[in-house]
Amino acid sequence: MSRLGSYFIFLGTLFRNREKVRVYLSLILNECTSIGVGSIFIVALVNTFIGAVTCVQTAYNLTNPFVPKNIIALIVRDSSILELAPTLSCIVLAGKVGSNIASEIGTMRITEQVDALEVMGINSSSYLVLPKVIASVLMFPLLVIMAGFLAILGGYIAGTLAGVISAEDYISGLRFEYKPFGVTFALIKTVVFAFLVSTISAYQGYRVSGGALEVGAASTAAVTNSCIAIVAADFILTQMLLT
Amino acid sequence: MIDIKNISKTFGDRQILTSINGSFKPGDTSLIIGGSGTGKSVLLKCMIGLIKPDSGEVLYDGRNFLTSNLEEQKAIRREMGVLFQGSALFDSKSVLENVRFPLDMLTEQPENEKLDRARECLRRVGLEAAADRMPSEISGGMKKRVGIARAIVLNPKYLFCDEPNSGLDPLTSIKIDQLISEITNEFKITTVVITHDMNSMMEIGEKIMFLYQGKKLWEGNSDTLIHSDVNELNEFINANKLIREMEK
Repeated sequence: MSRLGSYFIFLGTLFRNREKVRVYLSLILNECTSIGVGSIFIVALVNTFIGAVTCVQTAYNLTNPFVPKNIIALIVRDSSILELAPTLSCIVLAGKVGSNIASEIGTMRITEQVDALEVMGINSSSYLVLPKVIASVLMFPLLVIMAGFLAILGGYIAGTLAGVISAEDYISGLRFEYKPFGVTFALIKTVVFAFLVSTISAYQGYRVSGGALEVGAASTAAVTNSCIAIVAADFILTQMLLT
Repeated sequence: MIDIKNISKTFGDRQILTSINGSFKPGDTSLIIGGSGTGKSVLLKCMIGLIKPDSGEVLYDGRNFLTSNLEEQKAIRREMGVLFQGSALFDSKSVLENVRFPLDMLTEQPENEKLDRARECLRRVGLEAAADRMPSEISGGMKKRVGIARAIVLNPKYLFCDEPNSGLDPLTSIKIDQLISEITNEFKITTVVITHDMNSMMEIGEKIMFLYQGKKLWEGNSDTLIHSDVNELNEFINANKLIREMEK
C-alpha cells in the first residue's frame, strides 16, 4: 500500500512546479519519435502474425459445416479490435517502451543526472517523465490503430493463402454486425494502458538507488508491474464499458 | 558567504552528521575533508538542498535556504553551480548542449548570446574543440572540465564540487584543482570542495574543515594541516606516505 501511495505522490509531482510549455514541446516530439516511430516494427510484426494465427486457428476449430465461413473474419475482426490489438500491443510496448523508460531514468538517477536537474531548480520528475507520458498517450493509440488494421490484414493474407477462407467471405465477415464502438473502446483502453505503462515505468526508474543491478531490477519491475496493471485495467474497463 | 549552523542528519538510527557549523567566504576555496563514510557528501547534499537535514540552518548571504519558499529556493539555486562526483553530464546531449543547458532552462537570453556564453565557458576550461562531442566520447578529466564549465555558465556565486579528483590521474587532478581555484579567485565565488585527496588539500586548501564520524573535529588551512594536534586528523593525513616523509 505504501508503494501505491508513493506512486500517487510521484504522479502529483509531474504536474506541480512545471517548466515552460516550450521546454516540453521539443522533448515531447523527441519522445514521440522514440516511443512511436521506434515501436512501429515490433508492433506491426507481432500483430500481423497474431491476426494470421487467429484466422488459421479459428478456421481449424470451426468444423461445423452449418457455421458460415465468414464467421472466421468476424472473430478475427472483433478479437483484434477489442482485445488483441490494444492489450497485446500494450503488453509488447510495456516490454519495449516501459523497460526503456525505467532503465533510462534509473541510469540518470544513479549517475546523478537527476540530482543535477534538481540543483538547477528544475522539477526533474516533470521534466523527465511528463514528456514520456504525453508522448505515450499520443502514440500508443496510433500504434494500436495500425496494429488492429495489420492484424485483420494478417488474418486475410493467412486465411486466403492457406485456403481456409475465400477473400469474399473474409470481406463479408468483416462487414457483418460491425459495431463502431469497438474501436472507441479499444482506444479508451489504449490511452489508459499508455498512461499506466509510462508512469509505472518512470516511477520504477525514478526510485532507483544503487547501481547497475538495481537499474536492471527496476527495468524488470517496470515491465512486470505494467503488465499486471494492463490486465487488471483491461478487466475493469471491459466490465465498465462493455457490460 | 555561506554559513551552516548546527546541521544534523540521521538515516534511520544512524547519526550521519552532528551539529556541524562553519562559514565559507567568497573568493576562498574551502575544503571539507575526511575519510569515506564520514558524512562529507551528505553535508554537501544538505547544503545544496538534495537532502533535508533534521535540524540546522544553511544561510546563503543571510538567506535561510531551508526555510525559504519554492521561489526563493529557486532563486538561490540559480546562484549555485555544482560539479558532481561523476560529472553528471546528460548522456543524450553533446558537450556544448550540456554547458548550454542551464542557460536554455533558466534564462531568456537570445540564442546567439547563449551560444557565445557556452563557448566562452568551454574555452575557459580548455575544451572548445570538444564542443560537438558526446560525453561518452571524452575522457574522465574532460568530463570534469565540462562539468565545471556547466557549473559556472550562469556566473554562480556559490560553487560546490563533490570529489572533483576521484578517478583521475595526479596530473589531471592538479589541473582540475588549479582550474577550480583560479575560477574561484577570478570571479570571487564561494567554493566548497569535498575531497580526501591530499594533493588538493595542500594545493588549494585556503580553508579546510575536517569531518570525523559526522562531527567537525578541526578547521584550518593547508599550512596548519600537517601540524595539527588532532589525532584523528593526523592519522588521516599520515595515511599518505608522502606526508609521512615530509614530516620526517
